[in-house]
Amino acid sequence: MIPSAKLQAQRVWKIFGGQQEAEVVAVQDLSLHVGVNEFVSLVGPSGCGKSTFLMMAAGLESISAGDIWIDGKPITGPGADRGMVFQSYTLFPWLSVEENIRFALKKSKLSRREQDALVREHIQLVGLEGFERAYPNQLSGGMRQRVAIARALVYKPEMLLMDEPFGALDAQTRLQMQELLLNVWQTHRTTVLFITHDVEEALLLSDRIYVMTARPGRIKAEVVVDLPRPRNLLDTESDPRFAALRRQVLTLIREEAQRAAASGEFAGAT
Amino acid sequence: MSGSVPSQRPAELRRQPVRLLELRREIPRRWYLGAGVGFIALFLIAWIALTAGQWVSPIFLPSPLAVLAELRSQAASGVLWQDLWASVYRIMVGWVLSTVLAVPIGVLMGNFRFFEGLFEPFIDLVRYMPAVAFVPLTILWLGVGDAQKFAILFIGVFFQQVLMIMDNVKTVPREMIQVSYTFGLSQWEILRSVILPAAMPGIWDTFRITVGWAWTYLVVAELVAANVGLGYRIMRAQRFLETDQIILGILIIGLLGLFTDYLFKWSYRRLFPWALQSR
Ligand SMILES: Nc1ncnc2c1ncn2[C@@H]1O[C@H](COP(=O)(O)OP(=O)(O)O)[C@@H](O)[C@H]1O
Ligand SMILES: [Mg+2]
Repeated sequence: MIPSAKLQAQRVWKIFGGQQEAEVVAVQDLSLHVGVNEFVSLVGPSGCGKSTFLMMAAGLESISAGDIWIDGKPITGPGADRGMVFQSYTLFPWLSVEENIRFALKKSKLSRREQDALVREHIQLVGLEGFERAYPNQLSGGMRQRVAIARALVYKPEMLLMDEPFGALDAQTRLQMQELLLNVWQTHRTTVLFITHDVEEALLLSDRIYVMTARPGRIKAEVVVDLPRPRNLLDTESDPRFAALRRQVLTLIREEAQRAAASGEFAGAT
Repeated sequence: MSGSVPSQRPAELRRQPVRLLELRREIPRRWYLGAGVGFIALFLIAWIALTAGQWVSPIFLPSPLAVLAELRSQAASGVLWQDLWASVYRIMVGWVLSTVLAVPIGVLMGNFRFFEGLFEPFIDLVRYMPAVAFVPLTILWLGVGDAQKFAILFIGVFFQQVLMIMDNVKTVPREMIQVSYTFGLSQWEILRSVILPAAMPGIWDTFRITVGWAWTYLVVAELVAANVGLGYRIMRAQRFLETDQIILGILIIGLLGLFTDYLFKWSYRRLFPWALQSR
């Protein structure tokens, strides 16, 4: 076991179906780790089992074989130590921005006043001042994801699990959100496991990147992103080192895409 | 590119032609409303023309005036109010009985596969049985009082309502539930403070639709063994060929159905403004 790891997965398998149904091996013999306050991305072709792995790490999906530890303790179920941000659909439409963020503090022992302060602080953090009383159906996609991020941070989970949080946004908004997350993370360091299929996004944000194989998903390669910090969109992406890393990761992914196409496997759910 | 001269709104805008029949094109509101009112007016005119010109015998189709006269005499004698109250009361009790059972059972079925497996085969079996066929049985079991009317309304509404509520509950996105677990909530807390509020607008719409069905089952409920009620009045009028009474009864039931429908639509907008499509 790696002593400094916040999250460690060892030889994890996930097999869906069985009995009467056909088996789907979604995750095969996957091992990885995320260090304390480290930002790690998981990239790979769609349908390779990224979301499934994240669900297991969140304790929302059972593990077929192998182990996942948080702070050296095996996962037993979902908990408030791991915050999640999904691609969509997770804001509560009947609650305002403020109430959505406060909802995450339902189980908190803080006083009402302390909660108010936390909610206000996090609204500022994601730049939503002035929208406290707006409802999700009045917000743009980017603003909704800001609320989701604030809500996942406000109860101070020890780790964030993010599943393509910017996947549904348009290119412009996506860049803005990448910068926002980068700044938030660089000022409030926390442990992040981030799923994306956007290689530039992964490079900009991460300390390390795991590239997965096509289904059944295993770790194909590990890439250390040794770009200097603090980073920002313009400088980091024009760093020659960035281009080299980008090429390296894209090549790995392309190999997988070709291998998957050759074996007649079509991309499944993302 | 735009120069330094501030852009000024043109004094005159081009007139947009009204295109009524174009795929998916919005039309002016007055045309939309006017068409609906116009169609009803056309229907009334046709009715008046048919009856005034003596094209059809009043036994088959009485004139609107005859129906109005019938309305006036029923209102004066008090029969109308008795019928109205008896029917509204039956609808309310029958529908509420169905609903207080359908909501918890539908919510359980939508959330726990076990309950879906437990109840669905039975419900599927019963829901295609015609409510009319239960009239003799319910009289045998419950007698000729209001309880029998409630039972028929219940049978007509409940089995479909449960399945609709189950579907309403199932539309709550899985990710919304999953993210709630990460706030440390238990499944009962999630059921209460996430799934129920999220499903409520859909359930409210199911209320609207099912109360409409209750109105359509009213005549069946008052088919036999009744001596008051809008449906009963229609059945009795049939025996004496009092067509004006029949038409009056049908119209009143239709209008009341429309009214409850509107009530639910109106309260929906009040209760769930956050669920309305914006932009
Ligand atoms: N609940 C499930 N039951 C059966 N198969 C599933 C289930 N969830 C995911 N899968 C399958 O597992 C594979 C991996 O899915 P997923 O983890 O969503 O991939 P990714 O997020 O990398 O695109 C896919 O082939 C998908 O169809
Ligand atoms: Mg996915």
